[in-house]
Amino acid sequence: MTLKLIYKILVENWPMFLRGAGMTLYISIIATILGSLIGLMVGIIRTIPIPERGFKKGLLKVVNGLLSAYIEFFRGTPMMVQAMVIYYGSAEAFGISMDKYFAAILIVSINTGAYMSEIVRGGIVSIDKGQFEAAHALGMNHFQTMANVVMPQVIRNILPATGNEFVINIKDTSVLNVISVSELYFATKSIAGNTFIFYPPFVIACILYFVMTFTVTRILRLFEKIIDGPENFDLAGNQMQVAKPESMLQRKMGETHQR
Amino acid sequence: MDNIIEIQHLSKTFGTNEVLKDIDFSVKKGEVVCIIGSSGSGKSTLLRCVNLLEKPSGGQVIYKGENILDDKHDIYAYRTKLGMVFQQFNLFNNLNVLKNCTVGQIKVLKRSKEEAREVAMKYLKVVGMDQYINARPKQLSGGQKQRVAIARALSMEPDVMLFDEPTSALDPEMVGEVLKVMRELAGSGLTMLIVTHEMEFARDVADRVVFMDQGVIVEEGSPEQVLLNPTQERTREFLSRTLNK
Ligand SMILES: Nc1ncnc2c1ncn2[C@@H]1O[C@H](COP(=O)(O)OP(=O)(O)OP(=O)(O)O)[C@@H](O)[C@H]1O
Ligand SMILES: [Mg+2]
Repeated sequence: MTLKLIYKILVENWPMFLRGAGMTLYISIIATILGSLIGLMVGIIRTIPIPERGFKKGLLKVVNGLLSAYIEFFRGTPMMVQAMVIYYGSAEAFGISMDKYFAAILIVSINTGAYMSEIVRGGIVSIDKGQFEAAHALGMNHFQTMANVVMPQVIRNILPATGNEFVINIKDTSVLNVISVSELYFATKSIAGNTFIFYPPFVIACILYFVMTFTVTRILRLFEKIIDGPENFDLAGNQMQVAKPESMLQRKMGETHQR
Repeated sequence: MDNIIEIQHLSKTFGTNEVLKDIDFSVKKGEVVCIIGSSGSGKSTLLRCVNLLEKPSGGQVIYKGENILDDKHDIYAYRTKLGMVFQQFNLFNNLNVLKNCTVGQIKVLKRSKEEAREVAMKYLKVVGMDQYINARPKQLSGGQKQRVAIARALSMEPDVMLFDEPTSALDPEMVGEVLKVMRELAGSGLTMLIVTHEMEFARDVADRVVFMDQGVIVEEGSPEQVLLNPTQERTREFLSRTLNK
């Protein structure tokens, strides 16, 4: 009975579900990428060593102050409320009519940015001091050290946290229904409203959300593996030798067989 | 002979802790100098002040007649002239062995990739790690890591090599392979400044041994003088303590 109902709803409304899921994915992908870029920038700026004196010291202190205010504010208030304030506020207070999809991506991006900034900063701070020192000892300046040594390691280390943010974004875009963005939750609510059938559409939405988050998690895991590279390495210059003892043994045995 | 590095009245304080006190000290071209002394005597700090990983609180660091602490002096260019080998290896974890040895050459010395590779291979051969170019640091043993770290520093073709207890973090069976490489380097005429607890090594390779205690140089001279016939009471105490271990 129930399964039949779910099936019926799905058959009749699949384009709307698909469009909703597509919009959810679209907003969360773009916003996760933009948010990660914001987070990288803010995190890097916040870990620039502050010079002992001079103009740069003052400037950095002011910038750092502003950035912490940004982080604290967006982490400390609900995204749903921010969406209302930014979308309706810009229209009512400043007379700017923002495109709601632009507003949606903006809100999720700066939110993700606030969280990612702290993740990136933590990632940079946790890199062993020896890595910085070895780079400096080679004559690298702060920028070269960050670009060639520190950030590649930070990015690898924060990948799981970034995946987490991505999953959270897929789920949390549902709050954007308050500004009528037609993402999956909004679409589901409309279907329920039109058909007066309530839980089956939401069961379908539930499954769609799960499929999306699960796929994203798996893809990112694969990505981590690729970055980590192969577990074993080949010795160079001598093609017959492989670093793994088992395979060396196998090869030796292979040779004896051939003889 | 000319002094390649000259340190004058160097002092360093961390907060209220005076770690180096009015140190005068120099290294000549081609000289192998070993610094010995008990833990906490300021050996690492002295070495780190030489390449400005630690900012001296007072005094001067003079390299080939130029005062490096001048505001106008480019400390990044200066550091390329000094190779540094750390107790904890500090290989770049994100790069394989070859790239560890080329990244500085390419990014700092602006050498071409091909040239950097060639230079890196030359020094990886010197330390016997040329077969391991594709390995990542975490796939190597401690002794192998330290040999790569030595090759990385040598690849910049520095004027002076600084070693801060390069064998102290190694398992005993790996100390030998690193010391062997260092002996070869010392024999090749490279200028080396080595902080070490390996007395036998210091006796064999050093042109000069410096004994430090509580932030001052207590005694310096040839290995025979300092290690076998020390004139200072503190040196004798230290030697009897370490040799009886
Ligand atoms: N960054 C720092 N901040 C505060 N004190 C420090 C710092 N680095 C070193 N010190 C102090 O300076 C003193 C000398 O340290 P240093 O590392 O130079 O000794 P060392 O002779 O190299 O000892 P070891 O043989 O154990 O390596 C120690 O008392 C140490 O606690
Ligand atoms: Mg030390």
